[in-house]
Amino acid sequence: MKGWIAFWNILLKDVRSYYLKPPNISWGLLFPLAWTAMFFIRSGLGFESIPAILPGVMGISVLFGTTSMLSVTVTFEKKGRSFERLLLAPIPLEVLMLAKTSGAILFGTANAFVPVVIAAFLTDLSGVDWAILTPAVVLIAVSSTFLGLFIAVAVKEVFEAQTFSNFFRFPMIFLCGLFIPLDRLPVFLRPLSYVLPLTYGADLMQGAVNHAARLPLFLDFALLALFCLGLFLASLRNIRRKWIL
Amino acid sequence: MDTGAAQAIEARGLSKRFDAVPAVDGISFTVRRGELFGFLGPNGAGKTTTINLLTGLARPDAGTIGINGVDCSTDPKAAQHLIGVVPDESNLYPELTGFENLCFCGALYGMRKNERRARAGELLGVFGLADAADRKFAGYSRGMKRRLAIAAGIIHEPPILFLDEPTTGIDVAGARQIRRLIADLHESGTTVFLTTHYIEEAERLCDRVAFIVAGRIVGIDTVERFIQPERDRHVMQVSCLNVPDGTLRELAEGFPDSRFQDLSGGVIRVEADSAVPVGSLVRFLEERGAEVTEARRMRPSLEDVFVRITGIEAAALRREKEKKGGGA
Repeated sequence: MKGWIAFWNILLKDVRSYYLKPPNISWGLLFPLAWTAMFFIRSGLGFESIPAILPGVMGISVLFGTTSMLSVTVTFEKKGRSFERLLLAPIPLEVLMLAKTSGAILFGTANAFVPVVIAAFLTDLSGVDWAILTPAVVLIAVSSTFLGLFIAVAVKEVFEAQTFSNFFRFPMIFLCGLFIPLDRLPVFLRPLSYVLPLTYGADLMQGAVNHAARLPLFLDFALLALFCLGLFLASLRNIRRKWIL
Repeated sequence: MDTGAAQAIEARGLSKRFDAVPAVDGISFTVRRGELFGFLGPNGAGKTTTINLLTGLARPDAGTIGINGVDCSTDPKAAQHLIGVVPDESNLYPELTGFENLCFCGALYGMRKNERRARAGELLGVFGLADAADRKFAGYSRGMKRRLAIAAGIIHEPPILFLDEPTTGIDVAGARQIRRLIADLHESGTTVFLTTHYIEEAERLCDRVAFIVAGRIVGIDTVERFIQPERDRHVMQVSCLNVPDGTLRELAEGFPDSRFQDLSGGVIRVEADSAVPVGSLVRFLEERGAEVTEARRMRPSLEDVFVRITGIEAAALRREKEKKGGGA
């Protein structure tokens, strides 16, 4: 019970201090809006092309929303030493880090549904399998957030967190099948795609929105969950090694 | 959680290295329940590393730590229930108000909403911050920040409190207020582990002190017992104008039972095992053309003990703390 009180209050504080701040709300709305408009105009097609680009835009919104927020906020608190206060609290490190990441997961998930709301006004989304899409988005948000955590633990400065995040994020836009199908990628790049968690998330979203998944959905879910677990455990290990000296 | 252990803190053979450099080198000490224990040493001596080890922020390379009988080296989270920590920098949340900061810290220790709100209100009153309760922490003065940090450290009423340089960088009035709060906490039965640059502060507050230099404890005892040998020595400071060259050598020849030291600025320190003959000393100086403006007996202090044991001049220590932003 005591752990949950701490968990809930850390989450609440982060949501109030970071995620509900006007610049972040505007970022969360404008960023997906800009991506949607950009890809829609670029496609040169009518509104009927929206479902084809929707999974990609959702994926980018989650990826950028979660990784940038988490890695920056954690690095910021670490630098200001307020993170020490959390490490000194008698709560297990797992609970602490889940509390710190939950805000980013919620923020990323909310970001993902901004393009969905926009698309709902422009095209027919009745064919979307929400039972697949919703957990897929949440899992993408979890894996991206844990990737952000992994980055946050690896760096010391806020600007390093941003730079290091981009090192992962930009290749993922092109390698994970968000906009370019994997079979159109050069053969030598394809193995790289399969070691990136977003590939499986993008496949799930393609399955849910366009019924065009390449892999069995259960396999996508299982691999994505495995990535989440792996990134979280690796981050915890690094925190124990680097922050609890 | 009361384990009934006699010692509040028990460190045995504690060592910690950073790369090849030993930060803490096989130190052992105990802090009794309800004791105010001072941990003194210059910058880089290993004070903060020791606190980090004792509070679970760092893992020892060797040795064991007991916090009220709980083994902190193997189960730091269990021990963290029993301790409050006030770091050397006020690391509360700038975007939260004083009241919100305290409530948040209470929540980290699992305190329920009503309980932590009541306790936060009480502490803001005790620490003289009730009027600033709804102001953002970022707008607090240094002294207010430090007082709120101490309040945050005791929000969950821990039996043991770690204070790392609590008055460094605080003005005189603020430092006095903080020292009074520490004394009150000690009086109420809290075990306090205090690190400080200010030797006079430790002398005034602490029951026992340990001196740490280059990661090793070079002395540990009660303040009273540390000072006792100093009381057997007689120390005077004589302030003069126009001291001719070679006076110190002449003094040493004229008063072979005394030791003389030029403290610069015309101040001569005289040390002897028996009473210093003030009259003949003043006459001796005046006959050589020096104008004696003041001669006073120095009360033996913990600073003298520190200088004797560590070989570090107290003035050097003061310079360090000034560099760090001290003013107390």
